[in-house]
Formats: sequence, structure tokens, C-alpha cells
Amino acid sequence: MLANFSPSADDLLRFSPEIILTVAGTLLMVLDPLFARRLPKLFGHLSILALILAIAGAAGANSVPGSSFSNLLVVDGFATFFRFLVLAIGILTVLASYRYLDLEAAETGEYHALLLFSIVGQCLMVAANDLIMIFIGLEISSIATYILAGYLRNDRRNNEAALKYFLLGSFATAFLLYGVAMIYGVTGTTKLDEIRTALNSPAASSSFGMVAVAAALMFVGLGFKVSGAPFQIWAPDVYQGAPAPVSAFMATGPKAAAFAIFFRIFLTAFQQIAGGWEPLVWISALLSMTIGNFAALTQTNLKRMLAYSSIAHAGYVLVALAAHSDIGTAAAMFYLAAYALMNIGAFAVVIHMSGKGERHVKIEDLAGLGKRQPVTAAMLTVFLMSLIGIPLTGGFFGKFYIFEAALQSNLVWLTVLGLLNSAVAAYYYLRLLVVMYMYEPGEVANNIEPLTPGLRAALILPAIGTFFLGVLPGVVLGFAQRSATLGH
Amino acid sequence: MNLLDLLIAIPGIGFILTLLIPRKQEQAIRTFTLGISLLTFVLSLGLATGYQTGQAGQQFVTDTVWIANPEIHWHVGIDGLSLWLIILSTFLTPIAILISWRYIKDRAKEFFAFLILLEFGLVGVFAAWDLFLFYVFWEIVLVPMYFLIGIWGHDRRIYAAVKFFLYTMAGSVLMLVAIIFIYNRAGTFDYAAILSGLESGKIMLTHGEETFLFLAFFVAFAIKVPLFPLHTWLPDAHVEAPSAGSLMLASVMLKMGTYGLVRFCLPMFPTAARENAPWIIILAIIGIVYGALVAMVQPNMKKLVAYSSVSHLGFVVLGIFSFTQMGLDGAVYQMLNHGISTGALFVLVGFMYERRHSLAISDYGGVATAAPWLSTIFLITTLASIGLPTLNNFVGEFLVLQGTAQANFIWTVFAALGVILSACYMLWMYQRVFFGELSEEVKHHMPDFNAREWACMIPLVVMMVWMGVYTQTFLPPVTEANAKILDQSKGNVPLRVALPHAAGGNAHAR
Repeated sequence: MLANFSPSADDLLRFSPEIILTVAGTLLMVLDPLFARRLPKLFGHLSILALILAIAGAAGANSVPGSSFSNLLVVDGFATFFRFLVLAIGILTVLASYRYLDLEAAETGEYHALLLFSIVGQCLMVAANDLIMIFIGLEISSIATYILAGYLRNDRRNNEAALKYFLLGSFATAFLLYGVAMIYGVTGTTKLDEIRTALNSPAASSSFGMVAVAAALMFVGLGFKVSGAPFQIWAPDVYQGAPAPVSAFMATGPKAAAFAIFFRIFLTAFQQIAGGWEPLVWISALLSMTIGNFAALTQTNLKRMLAYSSIAHAGYVLVALAAHSDIGTAAAMFYLAAYALMNIGAFAVVIHMSGKGERHVKIEDLAGLGKRQPVTAAMLTVFLMSLIGIPLTGGFFGKFYIFEAALQSNLVWLTVLGLLNSAVAAYYYLRLLVVMYMYEPGEVANNIEPLTPGLRAALILPAIGTFFLGVLPGVVLGFAQRSATLGH
Repeated sequence: MNLLDLLIAIPGIGFILTLLIPRKQEQAIRTFTLGISLLTFVLSLGLATGYQTGQAGQQFVTDTVWIANPEIHWHVGIDGLSLWLIILSTFLTPIAILISWRYIKDRAKEFFAFLILLEFGLVGVFAAWDLFLFYVFWEIVLVPMYFLIGIWGHDRRIYAAVKFFLYTMAGSVLMLVAIIFIYNRAGTFDYAAILSGLESGKIMLTHGEETFLFLAFFVAFAIKVPLFPLHTWLPDAHVEAPSAGSLMLASVMLKMGTYGLVRFCLPMFPTAARENAPWIIILAIIGIVYGALVAMVQPNMKKLVAYSSVSHLGFVVLGIFSFTQMGLDGAVYQMLNHGISTGALFVLVGFMYERRHSLAISDYGGVATAAPWLSTIFLITTLASIGLPTLNNFVGEFLVLQGTAQANFIWTVFAALGVILSACYMLWMYQRVFFGELSEEVKHHMPDFNAREWACMIPLVVMMVWMGVYTQTFLPPVTEANAKILDQSKGNVPLRVALPHAAGGNAHAR
């Protein structure tokens, strides 16, 4: 049968976020030589506009759920949730970038175009129903992010970060691709739902070893992308070296999308062999939480500390995966949203503090911020409370819900160890509060400039969001619960 | 929205409004927060007048859905147990604000805002009837206290604040595991529903599960109480905190632990509570004696009062785990007494620190000559604290000892030792500080009470006497609530928990 190559209106609508962002990204590249000197802020404004349009597009796509392009893409609640999330992360990243790019005199269309392309990749990933499609989305997202990590090309740390990220990232992608190839060899398809059906059939049991190896290979590849232990080694170096707004983006956007495909692949295609991969995820979750939290205890560099903390938080989400239930999926979705808000907010404070060339990224540089800029300090306090998991913040409710899911799946020890881990984590987050409020103002705090409008928005919006998720979690959680039906 | 909701909402809204006042307007901030706390206190008296003894169950109930799925309710209500603890919180908050009136100069806005936030959390903790809601308030209380100690405390404040936070946090995450576990079993966070489910056998827990859950709750509460040997955060936190922080910490926050024991550990896990009672009681008695002995050798007044808290709270735990009506009544009464009299001691020590800028006992002497009124009030408070008849602590200690004697006389003997020791260390401190030679420094830096300080102390002294001579005002609701809790905590274990082989044998029988 010949495939029909003219997409229907519904197909286009389902694909509209990607279309909008691709057009906008290309437009930004064209506009770059015209406006880079005269209107450097224009690119940021246009990106935000494009992202808002894309959110509208994603909402439109959600009104016609279903699969498109020969079942390569599927627009369901799960995809829509993550599309909203990565698009919102994009907006916050742009807001947090204004000041940074201004200081570094590096405001170009290129930066924003790369950001938009990366988000295109993530939108594709989360809506993909096919391993090849997932791979393409992952590559679009990753390659744009590799370049962003080394965006300030004269900065040595940027170069190191980009190179490390690229080399290790390609290596991990190769693992993933290897797994895809083996699965294709066993089942003869790359569509997730068809793989599931094939694995359910009695014929599949004869090639169980092959499937197991394939799943393990994909686990390695995805584990790298979400910076779960023992594949987390790259994360601290890369997050520390990359430009601060890019680190904020990497720790949230690509990570959320990678988790989305992690869940989609393992809960759709590999649901049948969950008993086999659950122990792997269990170990990886515990290792991530423990390594992340204990390594963060001794850090002196803020970005590096946040990198380790992001490893620990990946561990919490892996706990939700280990639960492999609908509640677990919903919990992970909620948590990733809460985590994105609190993490971008915390990075926005780092951007605000760091100054040109990121000179002030030590924890001590926060000294006395509570006296000099109480509002900024209060915002960071909100994010830290959420990272610790204090009630009335999104971080608490997310953590609660993840461990609720884990206990429902009888992961008692993982729950106990995970929550004890979060008590350890409280120590290094508290240290920031100590430095900020209980030390006398240092040179950095005394000379700090007032918040720019972009950064202010990048602080206040996540703070409002964090409280919203903590006080009225029902809205987002309800959406997540309705969408978290991958296993059926 | 009923009165109880208002009592939680007013400090909550007050906190947000305080943050909106410009920070230069310090006088306005102080007056506003004082107004909020007084309003809350006056309204909270409505709980006492509206409370109907003899009507079983909770009163002033509001129960609405907060989060639809998982189903979490805004379920608040009070019984005789929480009634007075809520009023204690609202009673002491204005005093905490008043004693900080001049003392806090740095970042006054945050300080007073945090005090109001603390009140919000405390009232919520004692009012919550939904386990999730309880946990939310339980954790919220940590945040303002952490900052109160860490920002406005004394020299080692950072160490003390972090230690305080981490200790409590470590305990409470275990409680969170237990809460989630119960939810998964019961399908609800609603405490009343869980209790009736447990009672009717709809929710079945194996013996191992019950013990695990009991211990998870117990450790969280025992850290907060604090029970020996989990008490080490307390001297640091109390000594380093500013007066208002010490006051709220000692008077109300420690009671969160003992309240939790009575409210949750006894009724939910009756068998485990009785089985584990022997070693808990031993720890409580060690705490009583050890706290008193350590208090005796302290060179620092605040540290002395802090260790005396360890001793006094040991009494409370002893009373709770005696499983007698009198012991439990005494324990709850002692929670309130300790709140009043130890709170007053911290306030007075704070006043003296403001004058002399020292907490060391050796820096004082002869204060009675320089400041007779201060000395008189201090003496009354001291006597109350050591349990002189007609003052409040006597009633509580007596009831605890009598209840304990009903269960096991040996315990009473050791516990009574604590009463004697408390007289030793308190009176000895009083002698060294207030009598003796009047030094020049003390003479010139020890004015007597001013009007504001009188306003703080008079209500406290009135309460000491009132609670000492007319217990009828306070005890009937407490007794009623305790009777119900005792009834719920009748596991199928013999009452004589002292005999370990009896408890063990029963465990096999299950």
C-alpha cells in the first residue's frame, strides 16, 4: 500500500508546535545579521513569542488527540503535558538569558535559534511513538544543546563542557541506537505499541535474552541522558562549564524530555518484562540519590552543587519509574514540572550573582544577600525549600507523591532510603540559606546590581509556580493522572 | 469557615501582610504583628468558652477537600487535648513579640513575620485531623524556627540552627513513610476514619507492620520532645536562640512531640505502644535524672533551663506511657505547665541578658538588691518550676507520679528523684544569681521591670497560680479526651506493661 504523503489538517495541527518553532528558529537566523547590533533584545522577544504560539499550538494539538504520520507521532495527554513543560522551560530560559547574554555581549539570533531547535527536538521526542522518531528527536535536541554548552567559543570552560558533553553524549546515543537495532531484529518493528504486542506474543519468549540485552542497552543510553547513576559522571563538569542559563536549560528541558521517552519506552514497549528491569532502575535510583546528595555536600561551586543536586533529583524520578505504575508516571510528570521550576529559579539567582565571566559562582559569594537584596534572597529561599521538600512547595508534594507511588508498588526500602537521602540533602541546601542570611554581606553582595526585568520574571514566575504546585497541586496533578496511562 | 479556621487563617494572612509592609516601618511592623497575635489570642478564647465538655469527639470541625486525588482534606477540629495547646500557642505568641520589642533591631520585619508564621504552623499542628495536613504543618513550623535561631541567635547560632533542622527533618521523613504506608492501607488520610478502620478491623496491620509504624512515628516525636538520648539538639538550640525563639521552642514546639505521642502513637498502635512502653519508660526516667544532673552543673542560665526541660519532658513521657488516666492527665497538664513556667524562665533570663549581656551565672549575684521585682517574679517562677503546691507544676507532677505509681511503684521512686533534683538546681541557681554580693556591673545594669516587661510577666504569673489552684478550669476537657484515647489504646496486652515476659508472651499469642 502506498502511504499518503499529503498530511491532513489534523496532522498539521498535531505537529504545529514543531512547525512554529522551526519557522521561528530559521527566521531568527535570517534576522541575526540585520538586527544583532541595533536591537539585540529582539531575538529574545521573538523567541518568547514563538514559544507562546507553540504552547497554543500544543493546546490545539491536544484537542485532536491521536496519531499522525503513519503512527510515527502520537499526541496524547502525556505528550501534551511534556510539550507544555519543555515550552515553558524554554520561556523561562530565555527570560533568564537576557541579562547573561547582555553581560557577555553575546546576544545573537544564533543562541535563540539553537534553543528553539533544541526544544523542537524535545517536542518531537515526547510525542514520538517510534524508536526511530525518538532517536531523531533526541539528536535534534542533543546536537543543539552540545553547541549551546560551548556557546561562548572563546571561553575555555565552555569548550571543555561542550566537548565532554558531545563525546559522552554521542557514545550514549550509540548505545541507545544499538538497542533499537536489536529490538528491530527481534520484533521486526520500531513502533512502540507494536513492539509491545510482539513481546506479548508467545513467540517472543524464545528471544528473551536478545530483548533483555536490547532493553539494557537502551537503559544505558537513556540513563546517560537523564544523568542517572552510574552514568552521571559527565553532568557536574558539563553543568559547571556551560553558560549558566544553558546549564539551567540542560538540567530541566532535555532532562524532562529524556525522562518522558524513558517512561514511554519502558512502560509501553517493555512493560511486559518490567520484572527484569525494575531491579536495575531500583539500583540506579538509589545510586543517583546517594551519589548526588553526598557529592553535593562537599561542593563549593554553586553550579557544581546544583549539578549534583540534579543527579539526586533524577534519582527521585527514577524511583517513580521503578514503581512502574500509572501513579508512578503521574508522580514523575508532576515532579519534573516542580523540579524544572525550582531549578531554573535557583539558576536564575546564580546568573544574577555571577557577573561578567561568571566570576562569582562560589557558595560564599551569596554571603549577606539576605540583607542586601531581600527579595532575591526570599525567592532563592522558596526554591531551596522546594528542593529540600518543605510543604506548601511543589517539591514537597512531588516528592510525597513519588514515594506514595513507590510504597504502593511495595518498594518500602527504596522509600525509606530515598527519604533519608532527602534529609541529607537538606544539609547542603540549608548551607546556602546559612551563607545568604547568617553571614555578613561580602564584596559580591555589596556590589550587586538590581534585578533586571528578565531575571525578575525568571525568579517570580517559578516562585509563583512553585507555590501553586504546592498549595493547589490538584490542577497539574489531575492532568498528569489523566495522561499517565502509558501501560494500557 | 468556623472559629478554628480563622485562628489558622489570621496568622497565615498576617504573615503575608507583614511581608508587604516596607521594612523601614519597624514600629508599624511590630504593632501590626502584635495586633494580629492579640486578635488571634482573643479569638482563641472563644474555643475555650465554646467548647462543650461531655460531648464526645471533635468540635469546631471543618472538613473540606483540599486535593482531590490523592484525597487530602482540610480537616481541622479540636478535642480537650488540643484545646489548651492551641490556646497556649496563641497566648505565648504576643508575649514572644513583646519581649523582642526592643531586643530585635536587625531585620525586624523578617523576625516578627517569622513569629507569626510560627503561630500559623503551631495552631495548625494541634488542629489538624488529617495526617497529611498534620505533616504539612509539622514541617512548616521548622522553617521560621530555623531562621529565628540562625539569624538572630547568639554566637554558635548557625551550628545550632542546622542541627535543629536536620534532627527534626531526619525524624519526620520516617514519619512521612509511615503516613504514606497507612494511607496506602487505609485509602484515606483522615485520622478519624483511620482510627475507626483500625478499631473495626477494616484496616489490618500485622504485628511487624504495627511495630514498624509505631517506631517511625515514635522516633519523629521523640526527637521533638526530646527524649534521651535524642535530646542533644535541644541545649544548643535553646541556648543559641533569641529569647522569643527559646520561649516558643520550649513552651510549644516541644509539646508537638508529646502531643503527637498522645494523639497518634497511643490510639493508632495500641499493641506496639504497650509492648514498647518498658524501654521508653526507662529512657524517660534516664532523661529525668540525667537532665536534672546535667542542669545542676551548668554555668550558663539558659543551658540550665534547657536541660531542666529535658528532665521535665521526661515526666510527660513517663505519664503518657504509664497508660493510666491519671498519668495521662498529668502528662497533658504538665505539657501546659511546662509551657507556662519554663517559658517564663526563658523570658526572665532573656530580660536579664538584655541588661547584663551575659548568660553566665557567675556574672551575676545580688540581683535581688538591684531589682527586687524582677527577683520576686523570678522566685515565683522558680518555685512553680520545682513544683511547689498551689503553683501549676505541682498538679501535673503529682498526677504523673500518682498515675505511674498505679502502674509500677519503682518508676515513681526514680521519677520522684527528678523532683528533688529540680529543687536543687533551680534554687541553687537562684541563690547564686540573686543573692550574694552585689557587683558594680550588676548594680549599674540591672534596672527593674518596665511596663512592657510587666505586661509580659503578669499574665504568665497569673496563669501559674490559676493552674495551680483551680484545675477545674482546665482539667475536665483534658480528662475527657484522655479517657477516649486510653480506651482506644487498649490493645490486647495486659495492663501491667512492666512485665516484659507478659508482653513478649502476648506477642507470640498473636
